[in-house]
Amino acid sequence: MTFRGTSLSLALGLVLASSTSSFAVTEISWWHAMTGANNEVVETLSKEFNESQSDYKVVPVFKGTYPETLNAGIAAFRAKQAPHIMQVFDAGTGVMMGAEGAIKPVADILSMGGAKFDKSLYLPGIVAYYSKPDGTMLSFPYNSSSPILYYNKDIFKKAGLDENNPPKTWPEVWEAAKKIKTSGAAKCGYTSTWLTWIHTENFAAWNNISYGTNENGIAGTDVELKINAPLYVKHFQELADLAKDGTFRYGGRTSEAKPLFLSGECGIFTESSGGLGDVVKSGMNYGTGQLPYDPDAKGAPQNTTPGGASLWVFAGKSDAEYKGVAAFFTFLSRTDIQARLHQVSGYLPVTLAAYEDTKKSGFYDKNPAREIPIKQMMGKAPTENSKGVRLPNLPQVRDIENEEFENMLSGKQTAQQALDNAVKRGNAAIKQANGQ
Amino acid sequence: MASSTRVTFPNKVLPYLLLAPQLAITIVFFYWPASQAIRQSVLREDPFGLSTQFVGLGNFKRILSDPNYLNSLQVTIVFSIATAVIAMGFALLFAVMADKVIRGKGVYRTLMIWPYAVAPAIAGMLWLFLFNPSMGTFAYMIRSAGYNWDPLLNSNQAMLLVVAAAAWKQISYNFLFFVAGLQSIPKSLIEAAAIDGAGETKRFWTIIFPLLAPTTFFLLVVNTVYAFFDTFGIIHAVTGGGPGKATETLVYKVYNDGFVNLILGDSAAQSVILMVIVIGLTAIQFRYVERKVHYG
Repeated sequence: MTFRGTSLSLALGLVLASSTSSFAVTEISWWHAMTGANNEVVETLSKEFNESQSDYKVVPVFKGTYPETLNAGIAAFRAKQAPHIMQVFDAGTGVMMGAEGAIKPVADILSMGGAKFDKSLYLPGIVAYYSKPDGTMLSFPYNSSSPILYYNKDIFKKAGLDENNPPKTWPEVWEAAKKIKTSGAAKCGYTSTWLTWIHTENFAAWNNISYGTNENGIAGTDVELKINAPLYVKHFQELADLAKDGTFRYGGRTSEAKPLFLSGECGIFTESSGGLGDVVKSGMNYGTGQLPYDPDAKGAPQNTTPGGASLWVFAGKSDAEYKGVAAFFTFLSRTDIQARLHQVSGYLPVTLAAYEDTKKSGFYDKNPAREIPIKQMMGKAPTENSKGVRLPNLPQVRDIENEEFENMLSGKQTAQQALDNAVKRGNAAIKQANGQ
Repeated sequence: MASSTRVTFPNKVLPYLLLAPQLAITIVFFYWPASQAIRQSVLREDPFGLSTQFVGLGNFKRILSDPNYLNSLQVTIVFSIATAVIAMGFALLFAVMADKVIRGKGVYRTLMIWPYAVAPAIAGMLWLFLFNPSMGTFAYMIRSAGYNWDPLLNSNQAMLLVVAAAAWKQISYNFLFFVAGLQSIPKSLIEAAAIDGAGETKRFWTIIFPLLAPTTFFLLVVNTVYAFFDTFGIIHAVTGGGPGKATETLVYKVYNDGFVNLILGDSAAQSVILMVIVIGLTAIQFRYVERKVHYG
């Protein structure tokens, strides 16, 4: 009892001390999952915002990986200690959308800031992914990216491939990879991060085929997966066949394959456009290209979908605090801030003005790789197959897919079996998540 | 140990006061979370706790009929036996060897105990850096030697890797107990056997090993509990439960279902089952070890 008593009075004292010291300034807490250079961006942005006005103070707090941050936010909400702003990764979007009582739509908040919220200022493909079926924007897109192709020019030269002409389709990638392997230019031809995000979710959008019913979950949470359709089976069987002799190398479920490309072990690589920074830093002679598509698919290439993360606002805060959040989001939307964010971090600009600005400045002439993901996403108006994938439990479904892919790549099952299992297990998990 | 010399306190309040801090800690850090787990295990709830539904034993029923749960039970058994046997085998070997060293005994022993101070997650990272197929030094050597080392896809290799990391960390602890056990064996017994003509191997198996039995049994329980519950950090760092579900132990599945998949009811039900297992293991340890085996 004494133990509890002292800790209670101690906590009270702390609360009193902190509330008196921050009198007059409304603090806005921002939980995020950014590390390294991207963490510095978060710190800089908060500092600049805090110095630009005196009513609000944004306090960024690093909470670990994306899933850890999401869990911390959920636990805090349950304990009635939720932060104001939380960064949630793409796969967590469905989880947040399912919690209507816990969040406040960003569209509502932005209009509270005084200025009228105009959705048309933002990049349509990104905004659509973070909006409800009725069009209400729920979260603020902070860092968006899309998968692109990277290749090692030195290895291409050694293998006798055209170093200025990256493969455009998957069959071309397989051919180039085989040539790299057989010529001995590198130990492995091709590797990829995020098989789930790149080879199923974006594969669906880019080739304009269905990932699941109900517009891949965008139109409703009741989804049946379609990822065992023939085009997927063919694609994954080809990948599994290439894995047998090491022409394709598996690196892991998320970004673990990156060192395989950076160390020169593999010649071709598909990865998020946000990964460009590390490729540049490695000092290698690299080239970039669009994400490959399947030439058998009608209408391919269609458009790719955004990955990355967005900022969510928790419900139950005071109006003054929401006004502060609105002011911060308005600050983040400023053209100069967005343009800089895009050029420095490699993430996509959120507003059209920032894109136009960057284009005019001639930045893309020097850095063509920065424009590839934007062109991929904006090239065509999205279809019902290409607005992205949103499931109430996408992280879980991704794990199921990964497990089946691993058992396929190790030769325990064929692509057909792997994808059939993934669909069966995934559908059951989605049903459970929907409370059925 | 001291059951015959019972001490009585005249003061009625003091013993409770002295116990209070310990009790408070037990309540706050054990009973309270444990009761929360039991409560959660009979509920079905969305991650945010916005809607709650009582489902009775529904969560338990679903888990126990889930082939993935049975798979992780099997993985846990294989993993625990392998870890305990390897960790204890090597520790015993090292303890017997260290016992023979005459000069620099202290230094040897101290060095042997060091790995125990390494945190599980860090031990996992160390082994990952050595054996990860993309960047590991040893992995590179193994691959260069023509062996297809790929624990990212080969489930047996993945299991081998986590077992090795987990056992490596536990060897020190076991070593410490075996050394203490060896020291308590009377030298006269061994010398008498030597005079009777028993060779070194014979002396080990007929005298030393049986006399170490209490220590061995104690360590068996401790190592099993360790492999069950304390190896989460290693598995999380090295394999993340993969490839497939090849290294997903019961504890890892609790974490995965609760914190990645956000199915709180299922996760809580699993942790309640684990709680029952720990209680069982502890009961065995107290009943069997404390009563029937006396330490020299």
